[in-house]
Amino acid sequence: MLRLEAVSKTFFPGTPGEVRALRSVDLELATGSWTIVIGTNGSGKSTLQGAVAGAFTPDAGRIWIDETEVTARPEHARARWIGRVFQDPFAGSAPSLTVAENLALAERRGQRRGLRQLIRAGSRARWRDALAEIGLGLESRLDDPIGLLSGGQRQAITLVMASLARPRLLLLDEHTAALDPRSAELVIALTRRIIERDGLTALMVTHSMAQAASLGDRLIAMHRGRPWLDVQGSAKRAWRAERLHELFSEMRREDRFDDATVRVVVPAYR
Amino acid sequence: MTVLLSTIALGLVLALVGYGVYLSFRVLQFPDLTVDGSFTLGAATAAALMLAGWDPFAATAIAALAGALAGLATAVMATRLGIEGILAGILSMTALYSINLRVMGRSNLGLVGVATIYSPADALVRKLAGGPEVMLWGQAVPSDVVAQALTALVAVLAVAGILWWFLRTELGSALRAGGDNPRMIRALGVSHEWLVTLGLMLGNALVAAGGAAFAQLNAFADASMGIGIVVIGLASVIIGRALVGQAAALPVLLASVLVGSVLFRMLVAIAIRTGLEPNDLRLITAVVVLIVLVVPGLFTRLTGSTLLSLRTKGGPRAAA
Repeated sequence: MLRLEAVSKTFFPGTPGEVRALRSVDLELATGSWTIVIGTNGSGKSTLQGAVAGAFTPDAGRIWIDETEVTARPEHARARWIGRVFQDPFAGSAPSLTVAENLALAERRGQRRGLRQLIRAGSRARWRDALAEIGLGLESRLDDPIGLLSGGQRQAITLVMASLARPRLLLLDEHTAALDPRSAELVIALTRRIIERDGLTALMVTHSMAQAASLGDRLIAMHRGRPWLDVQGSAKRAWRAERLHELFSEMRREDRFDDATVRVVVPAYR
Repeated sequence: MTVLLSTIALGLVLALVGYGVYLSFRVLQFPDLTVDGSFTLGAATAAALMLAGWDPFAATAIAALAGALAGLATAVMATRLGIEGILAGILSMTALYSINLRVMGRSNLGLVGVATIYSPADALVRKLAGGPEVMLWGQAVPSDVVAQALTALVAVLAVAGILWWFLRTELGSALRAGGDNPRMIRALGVSHEWLVTLGLMLGNALVAAGGAAFAQLNAFADASMGIGIVVIGLASVIIGRALVGQAAALPVLLASVLVGSVLFRMLVAIAIRTGLEPNDLRLITAVVVLIVLVVPGLFTRLTGSTLLSLRTKGGPRAAA
């Protein structure tokens, strides 16, 4: 349902700080699949998400969602297909609006915003149910400004918001990296429940080897702007957290050299 | 009594500017300096049209429309041409100075003897009082002053009511969310550029309407009357905010702008009574805004309490 064809992106081209974040990436996600993306810093894993979400236009290549080419569409024009949760737990909601208002805004993701009242009778019961599912008692705080809630609570609500108007694709960008361990655990459990309940197609970037090993049905390790490892099914299940850590050490070792050196030196290591 | 009532009338008229500034500075979190120019634009447009024989209400409506266009110009510069918001406002403000002179044909226009938006209320008050003076708490007050206060009150309450309705619609809520968190509203499928455009047009329409009402209140329009008006508008917003606290609900915040504006005029009136001159107005304004901005921070630092804090908590800006 998502297809990338030879997508490339270079930041700061022609300067000493040039970063070739994506190098001709081909990728196809099947409907209902849950893909985990890992990679070292600067490997291109977040840039991959950015390209899909429309945070920038790629230098080359094309992107399709279902049968629609979205390569040149800005972020807001892709929102009707894509639900997102960011790394920053405060980035997914508007602090001065109430929990109910945030949910109502998210419920109309990708639709026209008119002059009807945002909060209408009949929605509250649905939101209360959705919040009750989180298990933090947030259903009683519908009318509080969401800015009063903690990062973990807000991230959980953001996840609910992303799933309210059922997205064709759910983008999770290291969405537990900034949370304390308990909140992270809760958000991961909620993620799993929502994805499985709605049969969502998900692309999840994570920093956690434990998450990468235990979640999803496909695993992609990005390295130097390209998928370096791409396994699914039983092959994915073979990648336990310890083995992923070893893979990471190897990728980090390579990161210390430039492209030319890698080509010469790395085969010698193997 | 007369002085008190005309101070209130002036405070109410300038509350319109307060609402415009509230939309751009607070809701949208866009520091819009177009305001200095669009206030005068409203005054100039209304005055020129009224002297050409237009109905004062129609002239005021056109003035608001002109203000919206000024906001549009700033929005286009800020969102399409990639110019820093504050600079875009300064460019508009600068250009508007010349445009306003063009609109008026000279540096000021007098409106003495011209029917204004306050005239119908004046006629009504005279009829009810049976003469040109109204007895209020045992004091005679000219009917036009009563009419100005009444008209301004109705207008400001109407604007506050419309804003209360609008800011809770799907579109208005998106506007609030867009000011709070541009990244979030984009991810929800709304163009932030469009929200900035909408907010600046609405804000400057209100400011221009305030300028038109101000010109009719004082029976003149002047090319330099808008200098520093953005700070005066900001003063109402900030004083109001200081009164109700940072976590106040929307209707309370909207009411606080109105109260803040009237209160600010009273502070200014008291300052002038104690020997300062009208020419000191801008200095008084700046000092009052400075005090209201700095005192809560000092209070927090000295007592450790955030009771008076004006900063919004929990936003992506606060987290960054």
